[in-house]
Amino acid sequence: MSIDFEKLAEQEYKYGFSTEVDQEIAPRGLNEDIIRLISSKKDEPEWLLDWRLKAYKHWLTMKEPDWAFIKYPKIDFNNISYYAEPSNNPKPESLDDIDPGIRETYDKLGIPLEEQKMLAGVAVDAVFDSVSVITTFKEKLAEDGVIFCSISEAVKEHPELIQKYLGYVVPQKDNFYAALNSAVFTDGSFVYIPKGVRCPMELSTYFRINAENTGQFERTLIVAEEGSHVSYLEGCTAPKRDENQLHAAVVELVAHKDATIKYSTIQNWYPGDSEGKGGIYNFVTKRGRCLGDNSRISWTQVETGSAITWKYPSCILEGDNSVGEFYSVALTNRKQQADTGTKMIHIGKNTTSNIVSKGISAGEGHNTYRGLVEIGKNAEKARNYTQCDSMLIGDKCGAHTFPYIEVKNSTAHMEHEASTSKIGEDQIFYCQQRGLSAEDAVSLIVNGFCKDVFKELPFEFAVEAEKLLSVSLEGSVG
Amino acid sequence: MLEIRDLHVEVEGKEILKGLNLTINKGEIHSIMGPNGSGKSTLAQVLAGRDSYEVTKGEILFRGKDLTELEPEERACEGIFLAFQYPIEIPGVANTYLLRESLNSIRKYNGLKPLKHVEFGKLAREKMNNLKMDDDLLKRSVNEGFSGGEKKRNEIFQMQILEPKLSILDETDSGLDIDALKVVSDGVTSMKSPERSFLIITHYQRLLNYIVPDYVHVLVDGKIVKSGDKELALELEEKGYGWIEEGVGA
Repeated sequence: MSIDFEKLAEQEYKYGFSTEVDQEIAPRGLNEDIIRLISSKKDEPEWLLDWRLKAYKHWLTMKEPDWAFIKYPKIDFNNISYYAEPSNNPKPESLDDIDPGIRETYDKLGIPLEEQKMLAGVAVDAVFDSVSVITTFKEKLAEDGVIFCSISEAVKEHPELIQKYLGYVVPQKDNFYAALNSAVFTDGSFVYIPKGVRCPMELSTYFRINAENTGQFERTLIVAEEGSHVSYLEGCTAPKRDENQLHAAVVELVAHKDATIKYSTIQNWYPGDSEGKGGIYNFVTKRGRCLGDNSRISWTQVETGSAITWKYPSCILEGDNSVGEFYSVALTNRKQQADTGTKMIHIGKNTTSNIVSKGISAGEGHNTYRGLVEIGKNAEKARNYTQCDSMLIGDKCGAHTFPYIEVKNSTAHMEHEASTSKIGEDQIFYCQQRGLSAEDAVSLIVNGFCKDVFKELPFEFAVEAEKLLSVSLEGSVG
Repeated sequence: MLEIRDLHVEVEGKEILKGLNLTINKGEIHSIMGPNGSGKSTLAQVLAGRDSYEVTKGEILFRGKDLTELEPEERACEGIFLAFQYPIEIPGVANTYLLRESLNSIRKYNGLKPLKHVEFGKLAREKMNNLKMDDDLLKRSVNEGFSGGEKKRNEIFQMQILEPKLSILDETDSGLDIDALKVVSDGVTSMKSPERSFLIITHYQRLLNYIVPDYVHVLVDGKIVKSGDKELALELEEKGYGWIEEGVGA
């Protein structure tokens, strides 16, 4: 048997190509002029520019957080460009207006932008660096009153909704990266589901970082009115580059009474090479408010990319009987580091939260689960179930768990289960004895480990996730 | 089928097998018996290709091929099956899923088309009924939460599906009650054919009441010290291993 855990073959990151397009890139550095430039590029109203500037002024007073279990050289925020757009008609009216290079990029990524070629029942917003290049099925969705467009477009077309909900869940001053995002956010998606509507399609946004030395600061906002239902998925990739690139997103979800939002992420940003060179720094703030009674927000994430992941999709359970869920698979291979988890803040009565976290560490990767479950003093009969499992592949990786539990109401019911296992040589040998290669065995065992999370993904994406995990594990056994 | 010549094997620097010779022809059932620590399980692991077992001398030929040159999965694909003494649990992986992947991997190696889900399902249910196993065990995770008896039956079930040329049963009988023992031994005898061989490793004679071996070998201190037919097993049952050990001065 030749399982050599130490040998880490260089895995091919198949999304690592870059696209040649004429681009307009803002000069590096961050100051009020750059923010004014972004705002004017997007033709924004005065109030939004003021909102950005206010965030920027506050950001200047803030310090980069250092509590996460990650190590990286200090980011020079003045050495990043904060805006890049394809200069060849950035606001296409139809597919034909899109730069062929960009269309080809999405084809290569398996996301054809022509509606007839798309997965049936999935609408896509394609964000390329700082701008949304197209949103498909907009007209069809509009028939049901569903708004699905880029956030820049929403600022113009639906200013009342944006003014009401922007920063409604993640305030400008929330944290260092959220404040930065509020100052310089470029594009992302806006979703609005009217009262009583069950969104007829899966909605998805595909984020692509292409330009060099550029940060991507996406902003996504989803509002589900009373009794509505929506399932949304985001995917992310980036070219291979030797420099680290920053991705600092903010995602806000608002679920009114009896509404359900299901938010799934398949994050596959470029993870860096086996020496730890390059890769995306992924500092993301994602949060949802279950405002109304019986509302539900469910986060599912499969995090296989990025050199650094700092991300805690959270739920604030305000409405009575509201439900928050977090299902996560995070994989770190090579020198990747992930510090991820969730916060479940119980405020309403009979609120429930479920957390299932599966961390896989291979190579020299470090994987941290960090979670907070807080039961407020009025949250009568709140319930939480947390399951937090770590799997280690090889002996140079690490798994770390920091669960925080704060209970201020004695009627709460809390369950916490945690396990750490090492993928056993005996498990691999057993599969080999049944005719499978060591690599297939690892992939089989890891997929089995992640099953509880994958079953939460929309079906087509669950299959993708399994494949992605197998590819990301390549080279973890030699 | 299998030829082992002067096999020496070390585990963590300690010699366990010290010059073992064994020939198994097509269609034969061989049984290896011996006291604890004599090297029975080591032999099973070495044949299956476990990498912490180092062959320091001697050779193993399986159907003319040098087995030590092959990866464990290649050995499996060539037709070697090991029923584990302690079957391994794999949480989250359905029993049926592992087995279908296994079968199709072996079929592919041998130039056969993969079985379709429906065909596989039919095959699996048929074999399960023969072994009086609950259909439910197909959907459950590999060996997870299985009782001792269920695990052993599951090994035999896998053997029936994969149809190996040489089956090695490593103390499959230990921990089984009489009923389960009967089911397991029926599972083995039903597969007996002129093309298929078995190597049955056991500590006790009682399994051999159900599976009649052509040859019985006694392994003491890393060597086969005595061979005979099933009568030898009965003698061992009666007298224990002491008289043989004394005889070889072990």
